[in-house]
Amino acid sequence: MANLKEVRTRIASTQSTQQITKAMKMVSATKLRKAQQAITQMRPYADKLNGILMNLADSAKDEQALQGYFEHRELKNVLIVVNSSDRGLCGGFNSNIIKEVKSLLGNKYSEANVEVKFLGKKAYEAFKRSKLNMNTSDMEAFLDLNADNVFSIGDAIIEDFLAGKYDEVRVVYNKFKNAATQIVTAEKILPVELESFDKATEEKENKYLADFSFEPSKKDLLSSIIPRAVKTQLYRTMLDSQASEHGSRMVAMDKATENAGEIIYNLKLQYNQARQAAITTEILEIVGGAAALEG
Amino acid sequence: MIVEVITPDKVLFSGEAVSVKLPGSGGSFEALANHAPLISSLDKGTVVVRTDSGEETFDVSGGIVEVLNNKVVVLA
Repeated sequence: MANLKEVRTRIASTQSTQQITKAMKMVSATKLRKAQQAITQMRPYADKLNGILMNLADSAKDEQALQGYFEHRELKNVLIVVNSSDRGLCGGFNSNIIKEVKSLLGNKYSEANVEVKFLGKKAYEAFKRSKLNMNTSDMEAFLDLNADNVFSIGDAIIEDFLAGKYDEVRVVYNKFKNAATQIVTAEKILPVELESFDKATEEKENKYLADFSFEPSKKDLLSSIIPRAVKTQLYRTMLDSQASEHGSRMVAMDKATENAGEIIYNLKLQYNQARQAAITTEILEIVGGAAALEG
Repeated sequence: MIVEVITPDKVLFSGEAVSVKLPGSGGSFEALANHAPLISSLDKGTVVVRTDSGEETFDVSGGIVEVLNNKVVVLA
């Protein structure tokens, strides 16, 4: 039988753990709400941009100067952008991402020369002993996540792609479906596939309808819109990743709180049993002592 | 005429306006009600939205504008 004091200490420590996980869950819930709001706020922007892009898409394919964005080259050099979190305790959030990256490296890109760019520390920590070609210059992107910062990361990637440094750029992230469900996704952002924007657009009403005049010219417009759309796509994956992280952590902490409750329940049973046993022994001793005196 | 000024982070302005002045790549221009359908890129500059109650200005570092059916959408 466990000793009373020992059980009491364990109950106390489990209770304080439970309090921590409960607090973390609440914090994550608040952060999740903010992150979801950010997603909602960028949606009108992305929809409109995609809508305009679709209006111009047909002429895009014929423009010689823009072919750099669409060109499918042999996959010799590949950039994988990995979105992970900066902190742990968020369930399978990071390990799923790491698994996906490993499978990309092992299968699809096993022949290619791959560079991995880390956004968020956790995935980097998992790979830092490997011999990968790693780019950590924007690892702290999630600390201050806003469009300006992400767009400048995107500019650098696009520039390298157009210069031929990479033949394909893919972003690995947790797509946010709801607080409990995240889908690990490996999305190709370069070369640009115009069809993927068409699918992503919810607002289709003005497509092909109006007789727009274009200024300065369709070509110049496209060379401004296409990179913008790519950067917006990158930004969206990061916002999704951020929301997924908080959702994932919230669920993990909820489970942890629940488990702690269960452990506390069992420990209390144990404690009461031990106490009852101690009382019984004590009474037996007193009765036995009294009987001996009378005897 | 309805004007919207949107960035990826938030909606800066959305509402009824009299006119909007834009830093177009081919030169600054102003869109009034019943402007013909137009898509233009914007240079770095200031967007000035004139409403009945006054003026609001927004600094943009380039962008796209779409004018259609008395609705001006500025993507900054």
